[in-house]
Amino acid sequence: MVEVSEKLDVKQEIPIYDDAIVQKFAIATLLFAILGMFFGVYIAAELAFPVLNFDLPWISFGRLRPLHTNAVIFAFGGNLLFAAVYYSVQRTCRVRLFSDFLSNFTFWGWQLVIVLAAISLPLGYTQGKEYAELEWPIDILIALVWVAFAINFFGTLAIRKEKHIYVANWFYMSLIITVAILHIFNSMVIPVSFMKSYSVYAGLQDAMVQWWYGHNAVGFFLTAGFLGVMYYFMPKQAQRPVYSYRLSIIHFWALIFVYVWAGPHHLLYTALPEWTQTLGMTFSLILLAPSWGGMINGLFTLKGAWDKLRTDPIIKFMFVAVSFYGMSTFEGPMMSIRTVNSLSHYTDWTVGHVHSGALGWVAMISIGALYYMFPRVFGKSKMYSTNLINVHFWMSTIGVVLYIAAMWISGVMQGLMWRAVNPDGTLTYTFAQTVAAMHPYYVIRLLGGIVYLSGMLLMAYNVYKTITMREETVPVKV
Amino acid sequence: MKFNRHQFVEQRAALMGILVTIVVSIGGLAEIVPLYFLKDTIPPLEGVKPYTPLELEGRDIYIREGCYNCHSQMIRPFRAETERYGPYSKPAESMYDHPFQWGSKRTGPDLARVGGKYSDSWHVQHFRDPRSMVPESVMPRYPWFEKTPLDNSKIQDKMRAMKMLGVPYTEADIFRAPRETANKTELDAIIAYLQSLGKAVKREEE
Repeated sequence: MVEVSEKLDVKQEIPIYDDAIVQKFAIATLLFAILGMFFGVYIAAELAFPVLNFDLPWISFGRLRPLHTNAVIFAFGGNLLFAAVYYSVQRTCRVRLFSDFLSNFTFWGWQLVIVLAAISLPLGYTQGKEYAELEWPIDILIALVWVAFAINFFGTLAIRKEKHIYVANWFYMSLIITVAILHIFNSMVIPVSFMKSYSVYAGLQDAMVQWWYGHNAVGFFLTAGFLGVMYYFMPKQAQRPVYSYRLSIIHFWALIFVYVWAGPHHLLYTALPEWTQTLGMTFSLILLAPSWGGMINGLFTLKGAWDKLRTDPIIKFMFVAVSFYGMSTFEGPMMSIRTVNSLSHYTDWTVGHVHSGALGWVAMISIGALYYMFPRVFGKSKMYSTNLINVHFWMSTIGVVLYIAAMWISGVMQGLMWRAVNPDGTLTYTFAQTVAAMHPYYVIRLLGGIVYLSGMLLMAYNVYKTITMREETVPVKV
Repeated sequence: MKFNRHQFVEQRAALMGILVTIVVSIGGLAEIVPLYFLKDTIPPLEGVKPYTPLELEGRDIYIREGCYNCHSQMIRPFRAETERYGPYSKPAESMYDHPFQWGSKRTGPDLARVGGKYSDSWHVQHFRDPRSMVPESVMPRYPWFEKTPLDNSKIQDKMRAMKMLGVPYTEADIFRAPRETANKTELDAIIAYLQSLGKAVKREEE
C-alpha cells in the first residue's frame, strides 16, 4: 500500500499541500466570527438599552465599537483570508506553500495582533481613526506579519508548477500589495510614549488619508480579497468553470484602479476641497461597472448548474453572497451622489449599507468557503449535516434582512427629521426627539444580529461534529 | 488579440505585482498630494489657536473614550445644519487636529460648535448621567471622569510631539503646561476641551 502511493507520488508528482495551517486559520476564523459578532450584538443592545454600559469604562460603547469593527474585519475577515489564500494558492500553483516557517509566523503573529487589540482597545489605547485604532507598536507588528504573508504568497507563486497565475491569485495579489501601502501610510504617527501617538497628518489632510485608507480597507481587504475567495471556491463548489475569462481581466484592472479614488465620498460637503469631493463622487459612480463585472462573473459561473441552488446550501450561501455584493455595490455609488449623501451621511443608513456588505457579502462568501474547506482539510468526505447548513443559511438571510431593513428605515427617518423645518423656518424636531424615534429600529437591528450570530453558533456545532466524526477512511481529494 | 497579451502578464508574478502597485497608487497620489501644495486648500482663519494644555489633555480623553464613534465635528453647509449647530465648519478650524475628529456618524449631535453652548455645570451633570439632562439620550454615563485625577505626566512630551508636527507651541507654553494641568480631574479636562470647540469662528466674528 505504502509502496503504491509512493510510486504514485513520484510519477504524477502529487504535491503534499500544507493543510495543517489552513486548519488553524479556519478554526480561528470561526472563533473570531462568533466573538466579533457577539461584540456587535452587545453594542447594538447598548444603543437600544444604554443601561447595558453598566458605568464600566472598558465596555462603554465608544471603546467596544472599535473592538467589534476590528474583530470582525481583521480577526474574522483576516483569518478567513489567510485560510482561503493558503488553501487555494497551493492548489492553483500545484505546490506546497513557500515556507512552513512563514506560514506559522503569519498565524501566530496575526493571533498575537488580535489578542493585543482585544486588550488595548477596551483599555482605551487608540489612535482615534476608524478601523485604524490600534496603537503604533501593534501597527508595526501588523506590518511585519503582512510582509511575511507577502513573501510567503509571492514565494509560492515563484515556485509554481502551473504556467498561468489563476485569477483568484490576481485579486489576492492586489489585496496584499494595497493593504500594505494603505496600512503603512495611514498609520504614520509621532509616538509620544509607548501606546500613545499623534497622526502626522492634521485636519482635512488627515481626513483624506483616513478615508483613502478606510474606503480601500473595504475595497481591497473586504472586496478584492473576497472576490479572490469567490473566484476559487465558487467554481469549485459548483464544479463549473468561471463564466468569462475576458470579463475577469477587464473588471480586475478596472476595479483596482477605480476603487482607490472613491475615498472622498465619505467626506462630501465637508471642509475637504470641492475638487477632491467631485473626483471621489465621480469615481464612486464609475465603480459600479467593475463591481457588477465581478457579480456577473460570479453569478453566471452557475450557468448549467442552476439546479444546485435548490439542492446545495453551500451554493446558496455563495449565490446570495454575490447577490448582496451586487446590491451593496449598487447602493454605495447611489449614496455617493451628493444629493443622496446629504440625506444619508451621518445616519444609520450608512451602518445598514456597511452591514449588507459585511454580513451579506463578506460573511456569507466566507461561510460558503469555510463549509467547503472544513471537511477537506480535516480529511472528511463532507460536513456532518447538510440540513444544519441549510438552517444556517436561512438564519443568516433572515438576520441580515432584519438588520438592513431596520437601518434603512431608521437612517432615512433620521435624515428627514434632521432637515425638517417648520413654515416659519425653525427646526421641527430637537435632536433628542430623533434619538427617541430610533429606539424600535435599534431593537429590530439587535434581533437581526442575534439571529445571525445564532446561525454562526449552529455552524460551530456542525464543524465540531464534522471534525470529531468517525467515518470510513476516504482518501482526500486534492 | 488583446487578451493574448494579458497572458504575457499572467505568467509573470513579479511583473504583475509591479503593475498592480502602479495601478493602485495613482488614485491616492492624485487626491492626497495636491492637498499639501494647492494654496487655497486651507484659507487662513485668524481666530484659530492651538489647544491649551488642559484642552489637549481633554481631547486625548475624548479620543480614548471613542467619542468620535457617535459624535461628528463637521457641520455641513445646509440650512437645517447651520440652524441646529451654527456656522458650517471651515478647513482651518481643524488644522491643528492630529488626528482629525470629524467623525462619520451622528448617534449623538454634532459637537463642532458645542463650546459655550452649555454651562460647565451642565456638562458635569450630563457626564454623570446624560439622561438626567436629556431623557431620550442613549449616551453611556461617565462617572469615572470626576473621580480620576488627570494624569498630566506626559503633557510636555505631547506638546513637543505636536510642535514637531507644526503646531505653534512656544517653549514658554510647554514650560507652563504642567502647572496649568496640575490638580485637575479628567472631567475638568474634557469639559475644557468641549468648551473650546468652535470658538475660532466666534473669536473671528467678535
